[in-house]
Amino acid sequence: MNPLLRRPAHEILPMLSRGELSCRELMEISLDWMSQTEGRIHSFLTQDGERALAKASALDQRRAKGEMPGPLFGLPVAVKDNLATKGLRTTCGSRILEDFVPPYSATVIERLEQGGAVLLGKTNCDEFAMGSSTENSAFFPTRNPWDLERVPGGSSGGSAAAVASGQAFLSLGTDTGGSVRQPASFCGLCGFKPTYGRVSRYGLIAFASSLDQVGAFARNVRDCALLLEVIAGYDSLDSTSLHEPVPPYLRELENDPGSLRIGFASDWLAMGLAPEVERAFHRALDTLRGLGFAIESISLPHSHYALPTYYLIAPAEASANLARFDGIRYGLRVPGENLKDLYQATRGQGFGAEVKRRIMVGTYALSAGYRDAFYLKAQQVRTLIRRDFEQAFGAVDLIAVPTAPSTAFRLGEKVDDPLAMYMADLFTIPISLAGLPSLSLPMGIEGGLPVGLQLVGPTLAESRILQAAWRFQQATGLHDLVPPLAGAPRA
Amino acid sequence: MKVTTEDALHIAQLARLRFSPEELEVLRRQMESLLSHFSQVSELDTTGIPPTSGVLPLVNMMREDIARPSLTVEDVLRNAPDREGDCFRIPAILEEE
Repeated sequence: MNPLLRRPAHEILPMLSRGELSCRELMEISLDWMSQTEGRIHSFLTQDGERALAKASALDQRRAKGEMPGPLFGLPVAVKDNLATKGLRTTCGSRILEDFVPPYSATVIERLEQGGAVLLGKTNCDEFAMGSSTENSAFFPTRNPWDLERVPGGSSGGSAAAVASGQAFLSLGTDTGGSVRQPASFCGLCGFKPTYGRVSRYGLIAFASSLDQVGAFARNVRDCALLLEVIAGYDSLDSTSLHEPVPPYLRELENDPGSLRIGFASDWLAMGLAPEVERAFHRALDTLRGLGFAIESISLPHSHYALPTYYLIAPAEASANLARFDGIRYGLRVPGENLKDLYQATRGQGFGAEVKRRIMVGTYALSAGYRDAFYLKAQQVRTLIRRDFEQAFGAVDLIAVPTAPSTAFRLGEKVDDPLAMYMADLFTIPISLAGLPSLSLPMGIEGGLPVGLQLVGPTLAESRILQAAWRFQQATGLHDLVPPLAGAPRA
Repeated sequence: MKVTTEDALHIAQLARLRFSPEELEVLRRQMESLLSHFSQVSELDTTGIPPTSGVLPLVNMMREDIARPSLTVEDVLRNAPDREGDCFRIPAILEEE
């Protein structure tokens, strides 16, 4: 592969802005690599190469006219297919939206494009972002660039695989219960799920509205900060958007975060962890100590209940959100004898097994006679889980925890066992329920597969997380990792 | 945690989903096993604990009602599975007696 594609985005961008490398030239290199690798990885549901080339040429012309280049000027990026892109098919990994072409773009897409980024296409994902392996895509599974027999994680598996393989420099995913952080862990990337409300969700096809958040994938912490800075900020089109200023993440990145206290919850490790992940985690704690951070034991006693809580709340919200897919105004329509028949036929055919399973569980949890015992109860337990974190952050500045209980598993290994699949999000879900910011970054490579560490902060502590992560990354050298597919494995 | 075939059928009706009898049986068993696992939450005493429906301290967000450009009728109807003029076309809603 062309070595330019392995360079960090923050090194490529000045070359593009100064015209040392034309946007067109870089786009041609990117598309060429995509055509060589896509047949093995399957990151993309829709490729948009022709338009990407035209946009790259247009950017070159604008630079020649003296226009100020944006922060992502000319950079090839990829976005998850549950983000609406005007004029570009958006399927959400579902047959029900197979031919849907949105008439508007999500706010995050507009921010990327205003910043000068060029979309390569739309990446594969679990249908409606429901899954942890990208095997629930209605179209095809995506492969992990570290081992093509393994999953890239999910649900944002296509976005993770695209960046890990060098097809894209950066990408956007979405994270409801771990869908950015877990694939980042499986693919050796940085994956940031910001504070709930930090990034606009206008144009994100809703799964579970009290949890959904757009997140960023990058190969190093600096690139991750750069992307987050572009997409974060208030949006009047999203009523859950936070009206808080966005700190200059990039400029603050190398600031000394001080002698941080980092919490480590031993009750989490008892929930079940592969030995290689536990090994890597204890090494990571040593590295954090070596950086002058104090590691302190904390307790998050209700974490054990996070998984059932999440799998009652998220499906309940999904059952309501997905009611809009009825075959009337857009998407698939399967004819029926009457309206009800049309609804049932359309939804029965248009949705895949996991989506239907979650709609059924969610509808059950909200139905008469069960609502208090399931849905309301789960919302109360969610309060207990949030309080655990509030209490912990009274004593520590950040929390460190493995991102996933294992490294990337094999394709097909868990598809027939819903509960086993749900367990892949054991360590990301409690943080989602509390709405907290969390970054997953590589903390080791075990058996040829990357292992991720989560650094979790209190509300809006994105900058503190990035500063600690940047130091950790400098200390470990675990950044800009090259999977076997893209070159020689890293020693 | 028992989920009967009638329960599953009722929920499928509420959710406007159609299943073959075989699909429904698989789903019924999975719902039983998942809901049994999730009912762990009932172990906790949550007396007096307020529910969390969202994590933000936001209440109703008000703004001025300012006219801004919106989608054209043609843009809105472009994805319609069936249309007649500027309307979505659907099967009859009112049944004939």
